Amino acid sequence: MADTIYVNAARLEKTYRLGASTLTALDHVDLTIAKAEFTGIVGPSGSGKTTLLNIIGSLDAPTSGSVEVLGVDVGGLSHKEAARLRNRHIGFIFQTFNLLPVYTVYENVEFPLLLQGVDAPRRRKLVMDTLDWVGLADRAASKPAELSGGQSQRVAIARAVVKQPEIVLADEPTANLDADNSHHIMRTMVQLNQNLDATFVFATHDEKVIAYLKRKITLVDGRIAQDERV
Amino acid sequence: MLIPTLARRNLLGAGLRTWLNALALSFSFVVIILLQGIYNGINDQAEQASVAALYGGGQYWHARYDPYDPLTLPDAHGPVPAALDSLVASGRATPILVRQATLYPNGRFRSILLRGIAPGQKTLSIPTALLAQGTGDLPALIGARMAKSTGLKPGDAVTVQWRDVHGTFDAADATIVQVMRTTVPEIDNEQVWIPLERLRRLTDMPDEATLVVLAPGTAPVGAVPGWTFRSVEYLLRDIRSLVRTKSIGASILYAFLLFLAMLAIFDTQVLAIFRRRREIGTLMALGMTRTRVIGLFTLEGALHGMLAALLAAAYGIPLLAWLAATGYALPQGVDTFGLAIGNRIFPVYSVLLVAGTTLLVLLVTTVVSFLPTRRIARLKPTDALRGKAT
Repeated sequence: MADTIYVNAARLEKTYRLGASTLTALDHVDLTIAKAEFTGIVGPSGSGKTTLLNIIGSLDAPTSGSVEVLGVDVGGLSHKEAARLRNRHIGFIFQTFNLLPVYTVYENVEFPLLLQGVDAPRRRKLVMDTLDWVGLADRAASKPAELSGGQSQRVAIARAVVKQPEIVLADEPTANLDADNSHHIMRTMVQLNQNLDATFVFATHDEKVIAYLKRKITLVDGRIAQDERV
Repeated sequence: MLIPTLARRNLLGAGLRTWLNALALSFSFVVIILLQGIYNGINDQAEQASVAALYGGGQYWHARYDPYDPLTLPDAHGPVPAALDSLVASGRATPILVRQATLYPNGRFRSILLRGIAPGQKTLSIPTALLAQGTGDLPALIGARMAKSTGLKPGDAVTVQWRDVHGTFDAADATIVQVMRTTVPEIDNEQVWIPLERLRRLTDMPDEATLVVLAPGTAPVGAVPGWTFRSVEYLLRDIRSLVRTKSIGASILYAFLLFLAMLAIFDTQVLAIFRRRREIGTLMALGMTRTRVIGLFTLEGALHGMLAALLAAAYGIPLLAWLAATGYALPQGVDTFGLAIGNRIFPVYSVLLVAGTTLLVLLVTTVVSFLPTRRIARLKPTDALRGKAT
């Protein structure tokens, strides 16, 4: 099943209007990512990494070209369908964690399952199992403000994977973490990748992350400059 | 049930911030209801006091009597009609004789109305019994406004000049037996009350009156030749007209207070929601639809309003009830407002006022939660995540 294609981008272009000029963030990108890959989109700031990740995650739409995620053309999705795709099949991990501040750790992780309408007993089991995976079961009742940066990111990972998505998109997940926490986070994600068979796609320029990648796609000025398997 | 569950979770999770928000919002409820209640109290008091001390249950006027035309006064008198005798005898009506006169307090002169009234009458809530206790030749009762403007005080003698029925001038020294405090300016300003029989003798108008006041609740006897019945509604029409005029002002004040409350609510909610735009972006990234995001934040706003209403009820009901019972002390000088206003105003809260204000504030809170959320939810999730405002 390793060759099942989860992401298939063809002639993907994304431009932004900046006053009178136009900025090309993605310039005819062709890309496929298969099931269970542990892939990184790397490159300098402004190379288009986050834009590509956002389009794959149906948070943004391409200017031209197409992206199929899990066989669905995300460019043709309505807001509601895109939201459903994100909720059911895609997990997000953000650089700044983006935890819901008034919720406890448990409630943050539970949130995607609430949206899916998972029943309470199953929800509880999934949340506690996931918190166990990321080593935060004992902090279930804590609020995000009471956590360290590393713990917050592990909660974000738990929230992304609790629904057992096919794809996890992580945008600079270690940018706000020290080296120890970065390695801890990456080891957790490697383990989850193996256990869940989920596809992980990172946008990063952090060498600590790059060291864990099994595939490295280098973007320069919106074009794929290199695509190598490590 | 997802949205209510999340809204409740958000409110409880925000802890002190939620309570502070609700507390600030609850002030809007209480202040608007209190101020409007005071206005209502003023209006109610003006009517009630005027009925009790001046209009009674309606009045029979001598055909020539026109209180707005002083030139009619010399001829506005006649024998109390026989049809009203039984009411007067049973204490359910009291005749009043009104004559123009001149008062000479402290070397000055003032045009006044002499009002003759039976000291034993119980029809009007004027302390006329004091007139029976007078020791001077001509006991006189005046109001506090009159006493203030003339410098007269109990025990003072003051010269009064009048014309009798034949037009002959006469004068006598009246002794002020008491200064009454009244909330009704019409029985106070430029009025001197003396015993009815004395005034009848002094003016040579035996058994005559200018008007006959019925006790509140007394039914009129029907048409009386030479006399015109004026109902309470007729007599109150000036006050009601004044109240209506004031009501416009009160409505403007109410709208203004509501507007201020709206601004405060708008500020609070809009700031709170715009501050949470990244959170909105996160919710959308996690798969929440726009409709659900808007529903969640709108419901949160509505719940804030409801929480504020409960808080307002918790401290507002005892506070407003206490003020309604003990009254609100007014500063000196309010008797110059032109309405019968007492020293204390007892606020009156109608169901419409309380329910209307509550609904309006709830509606405003909900709307001002809905609008900014809708605006943010219309953004692309990536823009919301970046904290972009528009």
